[in-house]
Parts: sequence; structure tokens; C-alpha cells
Amino acid sequence: MSQSIADMNAASGTSDPAPEPRRRRRREGRSRVVTSTLAQGEPLLWLTGGGLVLSCVMIVGLLGLVFYEGSRTFWPQPVESFVTRDGAVHWGEVTRNDAFQPEPSLLDGLDPATRAAAEAEMALNEGFLARSLVRTGNFELSGEHFDWVSDYEMPSGASTRPEWAVVLERLSWGRFYGEPVAYLEDGQVVTTGAEATWNRYVAEHPHVRKRFDEMRHLENHAVARLNHRLEQARLARRQAELDHGAGSAQWAEADVAARLVAEETSQRFADISHEIEALRSANSRLTLRLRTGDGAVTEIPLGQIVRAYPANTLDGWDKVKLYASRWREFLVDEPREANSEGGVYPAIFGTVVMTLIMSLLVVPFGVLAALYLREYAKAGPLVSAVRISINNLAGVPSIVFGVFGLGFFSYIIGGAMDQAFFAAKLPNPTFGTGGLMWASLTLALLTLPVVIVSTEEALSAVPNSMREGSYACGASKWQTIQRIVLPRALPGIMTGTILAMARGAGEVAPLMLVGAVKLAPELPIDGIAPFIHPERSFMHLGFHVYDLGFQSQNSEAAKPMVFTTTLLLILIITALNLAAIWLRTRLRRKFVANQF
Amino acid sequence: MVSLQTTRTRNPLARQAVAGGQDEESSMPRMSESRLEEIAAGARVDAEIHAELQNEDAVLEVQNFNLWYGQKQALFDVSLPVPRGKVTALIGPSGCGKSTLLRSVNRLNDLIDSVRIEGDMLLNGDSIYGRSVDVIELRRRMGMVFQKSNPFPMSIFENVVYPLRIDGEGNRNVLKEVCERSLRGSALWDEVHDRLGESALGMSGGQQQRLCIARAIAAEPEVLLMDEPCSALDPIATGKIEGLINELRGEYSILIVTHNMQQASRVSDYTAFMYLGQLIEYGPTAEIFTNPHLKETEDYITGRFG
Repeated sequence: MSQSIADMNAASGTSDPAPEPRRRRRREGRSRVVTSTLAQGEPLLWLTGGGLVLSCVMIVGLLGLVFYEGSRTFWPQPVESFVTRDGAVHWGEVTRNDAFQPEPSLLDGLDPATRAAAEAEMALNEGFLARSLVRTGNFELSGEHFDWVSDYEMPSGASTRPEWAVVLERLSWGRFYGEPVAYLEDGQVVTTGAEATWNRYVAEHPHVRKRFDEMRHLENHAVARLNHRLEQARLARRQAELDHGAGSAQWAEADVAARLVAEETSQRFADISHEIEALRSANSRLTLRLRTGDGAVTEIPLGQIVRAYPANTLDGWDKVKLYASRWREFLVDEPREANSEGGVYPAIFGTVVMTLIMSLLVVPFGVLAALYLREYAKAGPLVSAVRISINNLAGVPSIVFGVFGLGFFSYIIGGAMDQAFFAAKLPNPTFGTGGLMWASLTLALLTLPVVIVSTEEALSAVPNSMREGSYACGASKWQTIQRIVLPRALPGIMTGTILAMARGAGEVAPLMLVGAVKLAPELPIDGIAPFIHPERSFMHLGFHVYDLGFQSQNSEAAKPMVFTTTLLLILIITALNLAAIWLRTRLRRKFVANQF
Repeated sequence: MVSLQTTRTRNPLARQAVAGGQDEESSMPRMSESRLEEIAAGARVDAEIHAELQNEDAVLEVQNFNLWYGQKQALFDVSLPVPRGKVTALIGPSGCGKSTLLRSVNRLNDLIDSVRIEGDMLLNGDSIYGRSVDVIELRRRMGMVFQKSNPFPMSIFENVVYPLRIDGEGNRNVLKEVCERSLRGSALWDEVHDRLGESALGMSGGQQQRLCIARAIAAEPEVLLMDEPCSALDPIATGKIEGLINELRGEYSILIVTHNMQQASRVSDYTAFMYLGQLIEYGPTAEIFTNPHLKETEDYITGRFG
């Protein structure tokens, strides 16, 4: 019967669409395997799995690169000695190797022997020549931090590792590579010979560092305190002048006080600078005479040396200690050498403080806004429009927020605050320029949509039965929200906070306009009253990465620091997130258990 | 005995239904076979209220109560007294307005924007829908237990004393006393007295529902409203709740909505049968179940429709 219908359909021609299903069913009967694969969803399995793999590869690749490059920056490398055909000797650490295709003019300029070596190598390597980028340091002698050394230039074809090559990390001029020759006190040679000199240095250097630290402490704290007092007295006099006019009784009083302070502080200044001078001269007595690879002899005062190590005689444990010591310096010290050396402590501090202040600002605002939208507002076109606007706000480029923050917070609000409260300091702005508070507010604005959207989600996930139960007990709307809805939604709100924190801590563009600086002289929280200084500009790890990568004079030396700083930023954001996740887990255990 | 009211304000939906199918039948001047069909066609019937109810002192009086969800009318002119200290059951097929009526008593329907009402209810003589009524104050005079247990995300203790907490009661001794009294009242004390500080969300379903009852009676309500309190529970937990309702009888006036005929016959003193938003018959449970005045009630109870 069915066969005859099929025949009839076939006879009636293809213009009739009705018979299609029947014919298809018969075809499928013959190719069941294909059908079942589709039915089991295997193509989709591959598609979805592929999507996941692609995402993982990208994320793991990026993180892996950052981790690998970031963690090897501080590992000590051996010092190699390269002797070229022209007799020049380069000592330094090999940074990287690559191959290049030489210009014909380069070959033409070479002497016949070198040219023969180069051409022989090119013939072997399809026209390419191998070369190494060597960190040669000794900037004050050579004018270069790095040097390319090509293999063909070396007659021996390989480098050697001189036993007493010592790496010096210095306060200025970058690294120095050389061999210790003599140890001098007050210009008099005390010891000679590499080993004896080195041992003497090892014994003496910790004392020198200690004196240096004392000196810096005096400069940073005692002198800063005196400067602060002096400035306060000057401001008081200026304020009196603004309030009562120059020559008034109050002004005269303030003037006398200011003079008194100036006298006192100048006495203290003299004492402190005397102390500093004593420490400095104690340090500058001691110098190290070194000979570089190409034979130049120079003297470096011990006070200039941050850290020194004989790179080619270190054993494994020495390397670990050196590695740890460099990390420690990176984490707790201040930057030097235009940020490319030293630590990033002020940037860590600035990043964490700014992120925390931003969270404190954005969470209450975002939660209140979401509460109104979800719990109070009646659904309608206006609420929908507001909701869409909030979502769109998340797509506004962050630099726009930076411009807004600069224009509105810094110039308008900050300017008005300066006029009202800090008139004595004008024309120097106090709040009328970028600062910690304005940066935090700008980022709070930037992350507001994240908090609002996730809070709304969390609120809508609170079962209505709970609200009704609360109302049935006679609770008012606010009591219900406060005692039932908010506690229940808190884990979701925390999720929003985590997202906002991650977004805010990694943001750089708006910060460049509203307060992040290359080098902040003071931390935004310190021991000088009122202890928290929201008007101060600050350093930020994200901005630090940008600064190292694109604004540095010595870009080759700064490059590894870019990775290390990025690694640190990622670790800090992870730590902040883990803290928030831990808090959320605790809250969730408390408020949301399984229902049945 | 059976009087049809075909001419009062009908709702438009019902009229549509009439126009759609049974126009001819309803216009025929004959006594209907079944009033249920008449009601389905949009007719209004007078409720059959048994004489025994005249003798009862009413704690809650529903007076000519109408309710609309937007354009759709859900309750038609319902009038029923709820006797003091007794258990009153509301039965009827799904969508007949039992839960709507229950939720109207403590004005939970106010939370839905589209709801509009006419008529009033009196709680111990005080108007519920009067203009000057404080809804919050009103709800504190009643307790409510929901179909699905809804313990709050806090400790067992805090759950029970929640009505007092929101009232501003901070005296620890008073709270402890109320907590123990309510938990004993809901037969939960022996099971949980040693873990009052633990989260209520970790309890079993039956325990959670009894906790909700404890919460509902914590503030000594004048009426206890129960919206199918056992429908999500297993038979053992249901038995416990029913036993509990029996114990609460006399002390509290209970209005309970149930789908379970046996349950209504087991726990209630009075039973009201509703159909499509109208009260059909209301009387002592024994009479409703053994000797109903109306054939329709009998049909529903014996399972011939519904």
C-alpha cells in the first residue's frame, strides 16, 4: 500500500512537495550510521570542545608566556667573553640569539678573512648569519647597554667564561661587568688580586649598604617631616594673609610662628645633613678598582653598588639566594634608573589601595542602584531604557571615562574644593589635579555596570516565595530586602565585586589621565598626618608596565621587567580575587544551602 | 432552592464563552441539569451556606468579595464567615480561586500590580481593605504557611523569631521563650532544640514546613492561613502536619486550602466548596462529606468531576 502511494507520488512528479518526507525516511533507513552520529550530537561535541580548547590555548599560552618570561628575569646568567677578529673583547650576559640576513654593504666593508668566515657561514645557513644580543653594560665607558655580537666576527667561533667576571648592579648607569683588581680605602690600595679583593668587598659591602639605608631613611623621613612642618607654617601664614590681609594681627602672628619654625627646622636640617654627610663620606672612602674585558680600568665606589656577584663561579644555592634577593628588592624597594631597575613597591601599594577604594565606592552605589531597579521600580519602558543604558555604559571606551574623570572630578569638583579649602596652596593644585581619590572614583564609574548587572541577576535569583514569606510575617519592603533578599543575594553581589575588581585593577588608560604617574615621590598612605592622602598621585602596576615597555630609555633592559611586572599584577589581582572568593564561599555556606 | 442569577454584571470573558458555545442552551427557559455548567457559562449562583454556621462566632468575615486579575475576574461575590477556634477548609478544583481568596485575606495580592478588588473582609470586626488600614500591621495579626516551605536563609532560631525581630523585639529572653513555645507548638522542639543556631536550610522538607508553621504562630496570629501546606510533603510528614493542625485547633483559627479531600475531611471542622471563583456550598465538614445539600458538591467529593 505504502509502496503504491510512493509510486504514485513519484509518478506525480517533483512539483508536489508532500511526498518528500516519505522518500527521505526511506533513504535514511539505508544510512543509519550518519543519522545516529547527528542524533548523538557528535559534531556539536567537537565544535563545543574545539571552542573550549581554543580558549584554553589562548589563555594558557598568554599566562604561560608571562609566567615563563616573568619568573626567569631575575635568574642570574653567566658572563660570557666574546673576542672578535678586530681584537675587541665584549663581556656580558647573552640576552637572546637570532639570525639575520646581512646587507651586501656590510659584507663589502669587512676585511677578507672575516668576509670569508661570514660567507662560509651564509653558505651553510641559506644566507643567514647567527648573532647574539649581549648585555655588555659599562654604559659610562662604552655608551651602550647592549651590543650585537655575530658569530662570524669571532675567530674562535665560541665564547669563554672568565672566572673572575663580576656583575655589579649599581644605583646609576646600569650594570657593570669587570674583574676586580684592587680594593682601595681613601685612594690607597689595600688589597690586590681578584680573590683577595673580592673577599674584602664581600666583608665590607653589607656595612656600606647599612649606612646607605640609614642615609635614605634620614632623607625620606626626617627631612620629609621637616619639609612638611615648614610647608605647614608657610601655608598657615598664607591662609592668614588670605583671610585677614597681609599686615593684620593674625598674619603677623602666623609670620612670627613661621619664622620660628624656619629657624628651628634650619637647625635640624643642618644636623641631619651633617649626619648624612658623615655617612656618605664613610661610604665614599671605599672603592673597588675593576678591569673591564677590553682592559679599561675604572674605580667604582662601594656606595654605588647595590649587589655584586661573580657570575661564573656561583653554585646552585648561590643562584637561588641571588634570585630570592632580587625578588625581594623588586617587591619591597623603590624603583631606580627610570623605573627599569629596583623595586615596584610604590606601584604595588598604589594598585592595591586604589582597587580597594574603588571597590568600597562602587559596591554600595551599584547595589543600591540595582536594588531600586529590581525591587522598587515598576517594569516599564523607562526602566528598560535605564537598564539598556547601563549595559551600554559597559561598552564605552575606558579612556572616555578617564577624560570625564579628569574634566569632572579633577577640574570641576577638585578645582572647587581647592578654592574652598586649599586656597593657601594655590596656584599649586591639591585636589584640582589627578589623584588617588579621583582615579578610584573614575574606575568606580567604569565598573559600575558590572556591579549593577550582576547584583540585579543575584536579586532576581532570590526566590519570590522568600519575599512573600517575609511579607506574610508583617515585614515591610525594606525589612524584607535588608533581612532576606540582600543576605541571600550577597554571594552573587560578591561575584560582581570580584569581576569589577579584576576589571578595575587591570585598567590603565583612564589612570594615565586621572592620577597614575611614572614616579610618585610619596605613598598615598604614610606616617604624616592625616595619614591618608587621597589627593596624592600614585604609581600603578598597569601604568608601570606601559611605562617600562614604551617610555623607557633602556628598552632592552626594561623588557624582562615588563613581563615580571605583568606577572606581579596578575598575581595581585588573583590574590584579591581569591580573597573575595573565599569571602563569597563563606557567605554562600551561610545563606544558600540546598533546599531539600 | 436553586436560584439562578443570570442578570448581574457578568464579566466579559464569561460572556464570550456564552456567545461562543452555549448561547442557545442558556437562553432556553428550562431548569438546568447541572449548575456547574451554568457557572461555566457565566451564571451567578447563590452559595448554599448551612445553618450551623449562624451559631458560630466569626473571627474573619468575607463580605461580597470580588477580585480581578487585570480583565479576568477570579472571585465572584464571595461571602463566608470563618469561625473562631475552628479549622476551615477550602476545597475545589484547580483555578477555582481558593488560593486567591486565602492570599486576599492578608493582602498578599497587593503585591501583584494588576489585581483589583471590590468588597471587604473583617478581621475581628476590623476592616481589612479599608482605606486607613496599615497593611504591615494587618499582616502581623495573621500567620501564613505556604505550599512550598520557605525558610529564610538564617538560623532556625532567627527563622522562628523573625516576626518579632521585624517588630523590633530585642530582648533575648523573650525571643528564646517565643522560640521554644512556637517550636513546641509545631512539634519541632524535640528534633531541633540542640541545633537552633544552625541554618534552617539544612533541615528536611517536612521539618522546614513545620518550621514555617512555628514561624507563623510565633506572633500569636488571630488567623492562621495555610495554602496547601502538605502538597510538597511525603505521607509521613503530611501526617505530622495534620496532627499538628489538630493540636492547634481551638487555640488558633485556621483557614486551610487543600486539594486533598481526605485531608479536608480529617482535619477540618467546616468545609467550603468553591468552583470557578464562586462559593458553592459551605457547611460542617461531616455534612459536606456525608450529606451535602447540593448534588454538585457530592459529585466533586466523590470524584465524579474535578
